[in-house]
Order: sequence, then C-alpha cells, then structure tokens
Amino acid sequence: MSAAGLTSRNTETIERALDIKGRSLWVDARRRLMKNRAAVVSIVLLATIALFAVFVPLVWPYSYDAIDYGNILCAPSWWPDRSVSCFAGGHHIFGTEQNGRDLFIRVLYGARISLAVGLVATMVSLLIGVGYGAIAGFVGGKLDELMMRFVDVLYALPYIFLVIILMVVFNQNFFLLFVAIGAVEWLTMARIVRGQTLSIKEKEFVEAARAAGVGTLTNIRRHIIPNILGPVVVYVTLTIPTVILSESFLSFLGLGIRDPLTSWGVLISDGAAHMETAPWMLLFPAAIMAITLFCFNFIGDGLRDALDPKDR
Amino acid sequence: MLSYAIRRVLGAIPTLLIIITLVFFMMRIAPGGPFDAQRHLPPEIENNIKAAYHLDKPLWQQYGLYMGNLARGDFGPSFKNHDFSVNELIADGLPVSAKLGISAILISIVFGIALGTVAALNQNDWVDHGVMGIAMIGITIPSFVTAPILMLAFGIYGLHLFGIDLFLPAGGWNGGALANMILPVTVLALPQIAIIARLVRGSMVEVLRSNYVRTARAKGLPSYTVVYRHALRAALLPVVSYLGPAVAGLLTGSLIVETIFGIPGIGRYFVEGAINRDYTLVMGVVIYYAAFVILLNLAADILYAVMDPRVRFQ
Repeated sequence: MSAAGLTSRNTETIERALDIKGRSLWVDARRRLMKNRAAVVSIVLLATIALFAVFVPLVWPYSYDAIDYGNILCAPSWWPDRSVSCFAGGHHIFGTEQNGRDLFIRVLYGARISLAVGLVATMVSLLIGVGYGAIAGFVGGKLDELMMRFVDVLYALPYIFLVIILMVVFNQNFFLLFVAIGAVEWLTMARIVRGQTLSIKEKEFVEAARAAGVGTLTNIRRHIIPNILGPVVVYVTLTIPTVILSESFLSFLGLGIRDPLTSWGVLISDGAAHMETAPWMLLFPAAIMAITLFCFNFIGDGLRDALDPKDR
Repeated sequence: MLSYAIRRVLGAIPTLLIIITLVFFMMRIAPGGPFDAQRHLPPEIENNIKAAYHLDKPLWQQYGLYMGNLARGDFGPSFKNHDFSVNELIADGLPVSAKLGISAILISIVFGIALGTVAALNQNDWVDHGVMGIAMIGITIPSFVTAPILMLAFGIYGLHLFGIDLFLPAGGWNGGALANMILPVTVLALPQIAIIARLVRGSMVEVLRSNYVRTARAKGLPSYTVVYRHALRAALLPVVSYLGPAVAGLLTGSLIVETIFGIPGIGRYFVEGAINRDYTLVMGVVIYYAAFVILLNLAADILYAVMDPRVRFQ
C-alpha cells in the first residue's frame, strides 16, 4: 500500500473515531449566516415578498389593469383617517389608485418587475464583470493595464445619465432596460474580481494546472472563478438593491416601465402626485420597497461577515 | 504637484471626448427627432427647419460642426426652447444647481463627520447603534421617497413642534430663499450624510485603536486634543477619497430633487431634454456634469495626497 493511501486511511479512521466531519467553506458560511438574526429575518421576509409576488396574482380577485371608475382614490376600509373622500369596498386591502385599480395587486406587480430587473440586470453585470475582471487579472501585463484604464474612464461617468439616454434612444424597451442597467453596473464587480484573480493566480495549484498544459480560458473557468465566488456572492447581493433603485429611479422620472404595467418607481411617482388626498398610494409602495432594500442590505452584510476568512 | 495636476487635467481630455462622442451618436441614432411631436408642417417648412439646425446634413458632418462649435465654447441652439441657446439655458440654471449642490455637500460633510465621530467615540453603546441605524435608513431609502414624504410633512400638513408651526414651501425656488432651500438640500444631503457617517465611524474606530493615539493618550493629552488634533486627520482620509463618488451621487440626486421641487436648475433641463429629444441641451448638461465629476475626482486625489504624507505624486 502506498504512503498516501495509508495516510488517507488513517485520517478516515481518526475522523470516524472522533465523529468529526470536514467542513467546507460554504457549510461553515451557511452556519454562520444562520446565526445572524438580522440576515435570517431578512431572508424570510424577502422570500415572503417574492412568493406573494409570484403566486398571489394567480388567485387575487382583481387584475392589475382592471380600471374601476366607481372606486377612484378610495382608502382601504381599515384606514384610520375617517375623513377621506371614499372607502373602497370589497377586498382592496391597500385601497385603490387614480384609475380605480387595486393597489395591492399593483404593488405585487411592481415587486415582480423590480425583483426581475434586480436578478436579470445583476446577472448581466455578473457575467460582464467576472469575465472582464478574470481575464484582465489572469493575463496581466499590458492587456490588464489597458482594460483597467478603460474601467477607470467609465468610472468617471455619472452613468445614470447614460442609462437615461439609452432608455430614450431605445424607446423605453422593457428588456433593454434590464440590459442597460446591468451593462453599467459591472465596473465594481470587474475590479473586485481582478484583485482576487491577481492573488489566486500565484497559487501552486494554478501553476500546476498551467504546467500540465491547461489553457488560459479553461484555467480561469476551472480554477480561478470557483475560488473567487465568496466576494462575488457578497457583491451580488449588494448589487441587486442598487439595480432595483436605478430602475425605480428611471420609472419615477417616467423613463422606465410604462402603463398599464407598473413598478415601484411608477407607483411612488403616482403616489407623490396624489399624496394630499390619497396618502396610502405613497405609503404602501414606499414601505414595501424600503423593506425589500433593507433585506438585501442585511443579507449582504450577513454574507460578508459569514464569508470573511479573517474572523472565523 | 503642479506637473501632476497638469498631467491629470490633460488625461481627462480624452475621457471627455469619448463621453461627448458616445452621447452625440447615441442621441442621433435614436428613432424619432426633436420636431416629430409638433403639428404637421408642410414638407418645405420642415426641410427649412431641419436645414436651420443642420439636421439635413450627414451624421459625420453634424458631428464635425458640433465639435467645431464646442471648441469655441458654443453649445449650439436649444431645439425645444426656441430663441434660447444652450449656453443661455445653462447660464440660467447652473447658479441654481450650484447653490443647491454646494450647500448639500457642505452640510453632508459637516454632519457626516460629526455623527461618525460621535458614534465612534461611543462605540457599541446606544448612541452608536442609534446613529448607525439612522444611517442605514438614510442609505436605503431613496430620495424620491424622502422628498414627497418631507413635502407632505412640512409643506402640506405643516409640523407642530414645541408650539412652533413649521411650515415650509413644498416647491419652487423663489430666487433661492432659505425657506425654499431647506427641504431640497435636506433630501439631497441625507444619503450622503449617512454614507460619510459610516465611513468616518469605521476609520475612526480603527484609528482610535492605533499605537500613536495610545501614545498621545499616555502622554496625558486631553481627550479633546487626541481626537481632534491626532485621530481625526487620519480618520478623514476615506472621506476625501469618497468625495468624487459623493459628487456623482449628488448630481444624480439633483435630477430627482430639481424635478420634484420644481427648481429651475440644469438637472431638470436634462430630464426634460431627454424626454423631448432636445439633443443639444442634453449634450450640454452631460458635458458639464462629466467635466465636473472629473475635476472633483482630481481635486479629491490632490487633497488626499496633501493630507496623507505617505502618498507621493508620481
């Protein structure tokens, strides 16, 4: 029996005797995350909002675009201020808006759009950022310098302006909104990935792979990217709320989602226009959006603490 | 240092050129032009209008003409605000935006540093948790939510505090009167105050643990001197490098704030120009904003090197 086989058998015996299980980085991180109360509460809240957004519209009695001129700007029946002009009958638990549409279902549709934008745009930024950063860091030299110089140039732009121009140019195309936001959010991701790649590519296992004749792209895919996932995951959870904010910002200005579809930015903008007579139109979308953003921030902070190798 | 500054300014010129070119062609390939929405004109008149704005020429000629005028400092005529040149519109709006933005950045710096320092000095007790909790709210809640809520609270209902009726105008500029400035400046400054407070708290906590601060305390210096003469200077470095992004954030915020409060600054011009396809006006505002961000990043870098003796200009 070879020495290596012997050692591994010995280790196994010891592990079995002491009942120790090896813990991978991810198992360890999950345990630490589950101990973080703010993060756990955020995950539960966020999952609830997402499940509501997906399933409640299937069973809710009102459609998001059903206009009802008999129920314009009506408060929900439980509204504490009894001096409002009218109360909505039926199941309008968040009241109705300026076209008599049910506000609750519209907030949920807003959640659908916002969460979808958050995921799709973040994916776009993830793909561009990780690819760009990993190649720059791994190849190094002149190419690295050139690529990072380009990122520096783009950093100087207040890029919400570019997105605004893009939205005007492409006539508020729904799908392009997702891509446009993602396409301007990848810069920080590229920087983080490049920095991580620089340190990992000096490790022995990467050198061994290179010596064994593994090509650059395969090496990046098989050895670099799996090892930088930690910081990338943390940054992804922090990018999602930024993206949701950008979309709402554009929609608020009237440059994003268009009627009858809706998003939180549109709802808040409508709410701001009617806040004197119908404050619920501002309060409910704003509150749900704020809760969602809080949740993402807490989860991001929690993940950062859980994945930080320095304080384990 | 002077040669470093000159090199940086020269390095900014290609960046600006790229931005101008990008925005120019993006606006022009857009379907629909600035004169589409108007009532239907006879073709001869339409052609005359297009000729007057050089829109009948090939794209590359339009680009050449625009860059030529720009080199002479002429942003061209506004397509939508007839009889006004972009230069005139910006000259009207810039002082307003500048007054708003400078007040907001000064207030953010002063309050952010003060709150962050207080939180760091009371690390982990209720003052710290309170300040950081409020900062979290300030970072998370976007300005287009705080603005209408503050307008509702102060402009429409009016708040009664300590027997005083606080009633602030909910919109308008009124020549930059103090009462008109309070709400928009607050909305602009809140997120920046929150971010700066978090930055200062983080670095202050670290600096207060460092050896030279312990030495200063061991020498028997009063804690006021230790904090303000010794610790604060080092703790402020992250704030200096955050100034560039802070200004970019303020410019973005100014789009919302100027639109909501009806303030006649250049942020509102940009939003209206983008919606109306007023090419020249949008270009003018973007060029101003980009130049401003680049200059401030440069100023922040130089300030950083002045404050941190370990940094050398190369």
